[in-house]
Amino acid sequence: MTTFAPGRKASSSRRHPRRGEELTFWIFLAPFFVGLLIFTLLPIAWSAVLSLFDAQATVYPTIFVGLRNYIDIVTDPDFLNSIGTFLVFTVFIVPVTLVCSLGLALLVNRLPHGAGFFRTVIFLPTACSYVVASLIWKLGLFNGLESSLANQVLALFGQQPIYSWLNQFPLFWILLVTVRLWLQIGFYMLLFSAALQRVPEQLYEAASIDGVRSSWRMFWSITWPQLRSTTSAVILLLMIAAFQAFDEFYNLVGAGPTARPPLVYLYNRAFTQQDFGHGSAGALVLTLIMVVVALLQNRFFGFGAADDDSPRKRASRKKVAA
Amino acid sequence: MTATFEASARTAESTSAGRSRTRTHHYRGPLRPSGGNLVARYVVLGVVAVLFLIPFWVLIKISLMTNDDISKPNFVFLPIPPHVENYLTVLGDPGFQQALLGSVVMAVVSTTLTIAIAAMAGYGLARVPSRLSKPVFALTLLVLMVPSATTFIPNYIIVASFGWVGTLQGLIIPTLFAAFTVFLFRQAFLNFPRELEEAGKLDGLRHFGVFLRIVMPNQIAFVASLTVLGFVGNWNSFLWPLVISGDGFGITTLQVYLSTFLTAQTFDYTGLFATAVLSMVPLVIVFFTMQRFLVRGIAETGMTG
Repeated sequence: MTTFAPGRKASSSRRHPRRGEELTFWIFLAPFFVGLLIFTLLPIAWSAVLSLFDAQATVYPTIFVGLRNYIDIVTDPDFLNSIGTFLVFTVFIVPVTLVCSLGLALLVNRLPHGAGFFRTVIFLPTACSYVVASLIWKLGLFNGLESSLANQVLALFGQQPIYSWLNQFPLFWILLVTVRLWLQIGFYMLLFSAALQRVPEQLYEAASIDGVRSSWRMFWSITWPQLRSTTSAVILLLMIAAFQAFDEFYNLVGAGPTARPPLVYLYNRAFTQQDFGHGSAGALVLTLIMVVVALLQNRFFGFGAADDDSPRKRASRKKVAA
Repeated sequence: MTATFEASARTAESTSAGRSRTRTHHYRGPLRPSGGNLVARYVVLGVVAVLFLIPFWVLIKISLMTNDDISKPNFVFLPIPPHVENYLTVLGDPGFQQALLGSVVMAVVSTTLTIAIAAMAGYGLARVPSRLSKPVFALTLLVLMVPSATTFIPNYIIVASFGWVGTLQGLIIPTLFAAFTVFLFRQAFLNFPRELEEAGKLDGLRHFGVFLRIVMPNQIAFVASLTVLGFVGNWNSFLWPLVISGDGFGITTLQVYLSTFLTAQTFDYTGLFATAVLSMVPLVIVFFTMQRFLVRGIAETGMTG
């Protein structure tokens, strides 16, 4: 009925499907497949069309502008600034989260007492939304009042209180970075904890017999190489998460030009300015950048080249692409 | 890595107790970290635990204060007496009630349907032979490459052309088709023992019977993990609800509701903090009752929810 038939090589269907099974397959697949067509593929296609039109305050454009929107986007200083913001943010957030989450996973791993307690406490912020966390940071910890914790700590060191954290250049970065650290460290610690439990005990025994004494050497010669694929996946997940940062930037520094990552830029372009032509072009440019980064990372850091190539690991690699 | 600490513990031991002892005592089975090393670990973890709990403490503390108390310069460790009436005010607020209803309906319906749709598709791809199963699976993998966050503008455009902006279906339906969840279900079903399914077929069950009565009940822990993750993700999601719902529309969620106060000039801190605490209650319940599934789900999928 179609030219798509994969022929005899098909391994997922071990035998020739019976007629009833073809129908059954489509009953199982229909809800997902139809949804995918209408709410993933159609939007992308429509967006690609819109990106070639002048679509100001409408999603039914008429004026064809060719690649104009794309040229506007990639030469827009605000867009380039948003990429710069992402890079600055990434330079801080990725290494710090990596070191903290791995360090905490190492500290908690096989603790004789209280491991569950510490894991739960560090993991607890995962249940908190970025909006609520932004609220705690903006109106609680750093609300600029003398009674706030941040100013109390400053007073402890004999410093003057800071009344406005979010309007001064380097200061708002403290909030943006710490709020994300608090929210995401527990999650990545969990990924490292799971990976640590998969490191075979015999490797440490063997190293110990071979005379490895210092914990430092034990870490670099055994633990770190064994964590290679997890670390690589975590780095990519962290970079993707940083690239998609929106919630805390929107809620903390608002739509102002101070710190505006790519998604906030897109949001402003499409919704504040009601410009869906440029918005669509920008969305496609960003999508392309992310896919390329994911492929590059895959190529240079080679997921799973090291120890562990279980289906579970492969699954998390697939997620990384998502 | 425990051995990392074990090893360093042994190093400490060897310097204090003399070298001869360690020589005869190379490896003592599953070693436990000990001595000063262990104390240091507990001290560091204790400090970290306090740091991680401070934001929750500040959240709850402010929700129980009065706005007058906050503006005074002196630091309040615990508000005495606690102003529990802040919570009653919030609970009686129609705006909060509407946002709560929106969040509950969105999170429950969206999570349930996403899981159901993905489980069906995953089973179809894993177990029902079809000429098209390969191309459909290839398409699913292709969609996995598209970052979900950058599609909010294309999705908005489609939803707007359906006239669904500001509606419940606009909020929920575009989120239901999760290629990654389909992928995970397919993997899980491929690893499911075929013998059990064959047994079901011998008993006269067809594909649907096998799926509903044999495969799903046996994968209940996996389903629970994905459900918990999905619920947390939906409850906390912000960008899509922000563009599709909000104050001017008939539908809103708690995250969007909180954000409207957060990004505007607010003077009622205590009410806002009480709202935030209440918005977390369902997740805290889920967190402490289903933590096992949440942890398992994250470890297995690398998903944030």
